[in-house]
Amino acid sequence: MLKFIGNILQNLTHKPATRPYPYQKRAPIAGNRGHLVIDPAVCIYCGLCSKRCPTQALAVTRKPNPNSWTLDPYRCILCGYCVEVCPKHCLSLKPEHGDYSSPNSP
Amino acid sequence: MSRITVIPFGPQHPVLPEPIQLRLELKDEKVVSALPVVGYVHRGLEKLVETKDYLQTVYITERVCGICSFIHSVAYCQGIETIMGVEVPPRARYLRVIWSETHRLHSHLLWFGLLADSFGFENLFMQIWRAREAVLDLQEATAGARVILGTCCVGGVRRDIDQTGRDLTLATLDKLEQDIKKIANPILKDYGVQQRTVGIGRISRELTYERGAVGPTARAAGIAQDLRQTGYAAYGELDFQPVVETAGDCYARLQVRVREMNQSIELIRRALERMPASPISVPVKGNPDGETVSRVEQPRGEVIYYLRGNGGKNLARMRIRTPTFANIPALLAMLPGAELANVPVITLSIDPCISCTER
Amino acid sequence: MIMNLSEIKLENLIGAVAAKRASGYRFVTITCSDLGDAFDLLYHFDKELKLETLRVRLPKGAELPSISAEYFAALLVENEIKDLFGIAVAGMLLDYQGRFLLPEDAPRNPWRRPSGDADPGAAPRKEGSDHE
Repeated sequence: MLKFIGNILQNLTHKPATRPYPYQKRAPIAGNRGHLVIDPAVCIYCGLCSKRCPTQALAVTRKPNPNSWTLDPYRCILCGYCVEVCPKHCLSLKPEHGDYSSPNSP
Repeated sequence: MSRITVIPFGPQHPVLPEPIQLRLELKDEKVVSALPVVGYVHRGLEKLVETKDYLQTVYITERVCGICSFIHSVAYCQGIETIMGVEVPPRARYLRVIWSETHRLHSHLLWFGLLADSFGFENLFMQIWRAREAVLDLQEATAGARVILGTCCVGGVRRDIDQTGRDLTLATLDKLEQDIKKIANPILKDYGVQQRTVGIGRISRELTYERGAVGPTARAAGIAQDLRQTGYAAYGELDFQPVVETAGDCYARLQVRVREMNQSIELIRRALERMPASPISVPVKGNPDGETVSRVEQPRGEVIYYLRGNGGKNLARMRIRTPTFANIPALLAMLPGAELANVPVITLSIDPCISCTER
Repeated sequence: MIMNLSEIKLENLIGAVAAKRASGYRFVTITCSDLGDAFDLLYHFDKELKLETLRVRLPKGAELPSISAEYFAALLVENEIKDLFGIAVAGMLLDYQGRFLLPEDAPRNPWRRPSGDADPGAAPRKEGSDHE
């Protein structure tokens, strides 16, 4: 049991291992798959991403309908398959975790 | 004078992270027999696969289990690669080993914490989960997600570990090794822990084998079987030897897992050192036509995938047998004769993963 | 292609399983698939990390003999295929009456296909048909 004393002293003298979230947020780790974004200027609305999406989270419409690309964030599993298949490379995953609880979420 | 009492253990119980019920028949405080009742989290994933193409299925197999997800996708991708005759580049095989072993590490740490919780050692639970956090951060930095990595694909892997990732991995492993040494070694010698685990839930080698147990449950009873010995992915080039204990009780299962954690750290170091430079994936064309059986070693034991394609995009049949499914018959043999107070510890000692079991 | 596969007749199943047990094999699992007119059953056994498989063809409507007397561990998976495919398994040590994996209000035998139904992989279904 005495071997644990070092650990106990460390716990007494060090700061907590946790952070007071949400007041203090950790910087996102580079390379994390946090949320999906599109560059609408480059997109050609081919619909390949929506065909390949394993969860049908994406919906793409094109002529004769107005061009649109919509993401259902509650279905998206952030796998990144759409990013791989996009022929124009207009989709990308950003490291910040998306805040989908608010209507104007990233 | 004693009569039989039936106590429903679960599906909601403080020590069970997932719902399973054990209907325990007790004579006074001793268990006479146990009956498992499952089906609370059956999701029909094997049926869902029939509506997805075989490349999308990788993401389904990752979600069979929330702890050993990467290893599920390795098993699936290896099966598809066998059917289609795809040769995986060597670097991808090593990267699969590295992420498989980080998964084993965080799974065993999670289990160790839950076991501590099951015999009322809350402080130890927090110490261990604090150490586990470093592994999750490592996975987030190298693979892009904390648990469901999504880095395995048919034909290789989707991400490489560069020099920065390699340095980060080695630094994390050094810190983790110190943490495990500081926590696990005193705990294994602790009087209280030994009182709750030594001789509890003992099962003989013969009975373990007969009941078809796999993984640490089998290795703690002296069965030296680990599918990593077959050398899938890059394990054949990493001088792997299975960890074996002979006592067959909860303490032996704890020892096996603690030793496997240290072994995983060593395997990752070795893999990083020997990893050759090569592409990380090869393009895959066509559809799977044929059937195969793919087996890999998970933190809980052997997982087996049966895959059958008939030339279409979607698989005709996928069947998964997860390790907990194979370990439940052994658990039923451990329980009779045990005190009611020890049932949570014995149940946790097989590391039950119920969502896997029911798929 | 499955390594070490041997096809056996249904009436020889119990004998073949007993022979496996006598020569020290560990029971792994049973894989069942519905081929439309019949069921394809694969019995997997392991000995020193070598997997051996017995293949049995079971016509629809026929009864499957239980191997749970030989291997207790087969009990759970036999109950599972009874639930999902509606195969009558005779002589199980413990019978959950088709309610092992599925709760009381679940549909019965959800994975069973009508006779003559094609393999699902051959003709890809329409997108999103899994949500109905």
